[in-house]
Amino acid sequence: MTDTTALAAESARASTGRGTAHDDTFATTSADRFADAAASREAGSIVEEPSAPTAADGRTGRVRRLLATGVQHPGTVLAAVWIVLVLVSTVAPGLFTSQDPLVGVPAEKLTGPSPAHWLGTDQLGRDLYTRVVFGSALTLQAALIAVGIGLAVGSVLGLLAGFVGRWVDDVVMRIADVLLAIPSLLLSLALITVLGFGTVNVAIAVGLGSVATVSRIMRSEVIRVRNAVYIEAAFASGNRWSRVLFRHVLPNSAGPVLVLAALEFGTAILAVSALSFLGYGAQPPAPEWGSLIATGRNFLTTAWWLTTLPGVVIALTVLSANALSRALDSEGRRVR
Amino acid sequence: MSRYIALRLLQAIGVLWAAYTVSFLVLYALPGDPARLLAGPDATDVTAAQLDTLRAQFGLDKPLVVQYIEHLGALLRGDLGTSLPTGRPVAELIGEAIPSTLQIAALGLLLAVLVGGGLALAATFTRHRGLGQLLLALPPIGVAVPGFWFALLLIQWFSFGIPLFPAVGNQGFASVVLPAITLALPTGATIAQLLSKSLVTTLREPYIDTAWAKGAGPGRVHLRHALRNAALPALTVTGLIVGQLLSGTVVTETVFSRPGLGRVTATAVAQQDIPVVQGIVLFAAAVFVVTNLLVDLVYPLLDPRIVIRKRRLPRVRVAATAGASR
Repeated sequence: MTDTTALAAESARASTGRGTAHDDTFATTSADRFADAAASREAGSIVEEPSAPTAADGRTGRVRRLLATGVQHPGTVLAAVWIVLVLVSTVAPGLFTSQDPLVGVPAEKLTGPSPAHWLGTDQLGRDLYTRVVFGSALTLQAALIAVGIGLAVGSVLGLLAGFVGRWVDDVVMRIADVLLAIPSLLLSLALITVLGFGTVNVAIAVGLGSVATVSRIMRSEVIRVRNAVYIEAAFASGNRWSRVLFRHVLPNSAGPVLVLAALEFGTAILAVSALSFLGYGAQPPAPEWGSLIATGRNFLTTAWWLTTLPGVVIALTVLSANALSRALDSEGRRVR
Repeated sequence: MSRYIALRLLQAIGVLWAAYTVSFLVLYALPGDPARLLAGPDATDVTAAQLDTLRAQFGLDKPLVVQYIEHLGALLRGDLGTSLPTGRPVAELIGEAIPSTLQIAALGLLLAVLVGGGLALAATFTRHRGLGQLLLALPPIGVAVPGFWFALLLIQWFSFGIPLFPAVGNQGFASVVLPAITLALPTGATIAQLLSKSLVTTLREPYIDTAWAKGAGPGRVHLRHALRNAALPALTVTGLIVGQLLSGTVVTETVFSRPGLGRVTATAVAQQDIPVVQGIVLFAAAVFVVTNLLVDLVYPLLDPRIVIRKRRLPRVRVAATAGASR
């Protein structure tokens, strides 16, 4: 969304800029030129006449290009569809199943996959498919909270380190070095020891465990952008540092961090379900992907579906998140 | 050379000290009451006086700075503290757990290097495009599979389905195999991804064309010319891989009911045994630091272009930071 508005503003500035040059009112100093550009951009957004067709062109071109990439990479499309389905199931599990995840039919306990119960039933006769669908809420919410915390804290630290530089950079990066020396699962476990058990605590622990990686990538991106000529130009045209930071540095360095976010989403799902499997997360009877498998562990010999099928769901979701991250990455590189 | 080693040793000690500080801050200074944790998760009816006794017993009533310095001093003497529920020294607990973990970690690492490396080589070696694509599609799956689930599948197939290996315990070599395979899966997949990527770029280098032009066969080009250079970037993440193995033991040893570092960790977290958790974190950091130190020292032997000079170490610096960054 920000891309299209930026595009429209860009084209408006280009077209009106040509007009002003023709009118011989070309500003001489850089500060004037900046004010001029800002003014003409505002004018352009009100008039909108010259920029409208180009923006529309860009949009259809973008859609066409997206479709073309989709045909070339069917795997990525499948991954995106799967992630969307799973995300929808976290907010509206009722769309996918009409059964209750907590109430079972004792007579139908431990039956294998069948048309009536797609993934079979558990030891209390509850439908496993329903429990997996409802379980996605707990697991994915925890993963999303984790990614959110990791991104927010990591980005702020990386942004500070890269943008301010000097001793701030040194301090933040040395801390990141130390955090990277400790495997993130162990770091999460240490945090859980203090915070206590529960899904939210697991999410916080997993999120804080990923801060170091995020801050490192954010910092390297910020440094790459900060040395670009247009940042120098933005400073030269009299912008305050806060404006340069939020208007120029942040949007231009966010790309690789978003790629990382998709990747971290997959990693967070694995970490959250592993910690729940170990018994530190959601407590039964709440359905959660990791603890579903932990319960199924007791029925390995008699009911294979209780462990195998929820695991397939986790693996597919992580695989999809990783595939999306890779697709975003190669797309980002192509554009840059 | 000795100057370089001394410098790196100092750096390593610095990282360990920082790891101690971070773990101290997390475990003792975060909002929360360590004394209440000491009393145990089930102790809901402890009185304030009892908590005070506990605080005094474990020195928690002193200011944080004093606690920090006292713990650090004990650490310098090799004392990691005592486990709260058992009252045994943490160093002893960790020391006892190492051999069992080392067995599965060593076999796991071996499997990971052999299978992961073999997969990467086979994928770039094959002339068949489809087969190469198929092989390259495997590592991403290996990374995405939850370890605990994979372990359960292995038990189901190879302990209950075809009774080849025991499902639990640590009796003999057979009991090492399944845990080692579990540990090897994510590690091997990581190695395969890294190595195949760097093999593909290496094989595009001009000197590979020279090797072909001189009449070297595909085996010689891949193994002797390409692999030697391509393996170097993979070497820099050894520290990360060892850390991955170590944290993998938590889940693996729980599933296979094996004693070891992972079990010690899982139990300590469940019992909120702060000193043991801190000991494990420090141990992991130490393993990471030592591994990176060894890699940095071995690097010049493998890549003659990297020379450790007396004063200026431009290339080594690059290798060292690359190793520390991941």
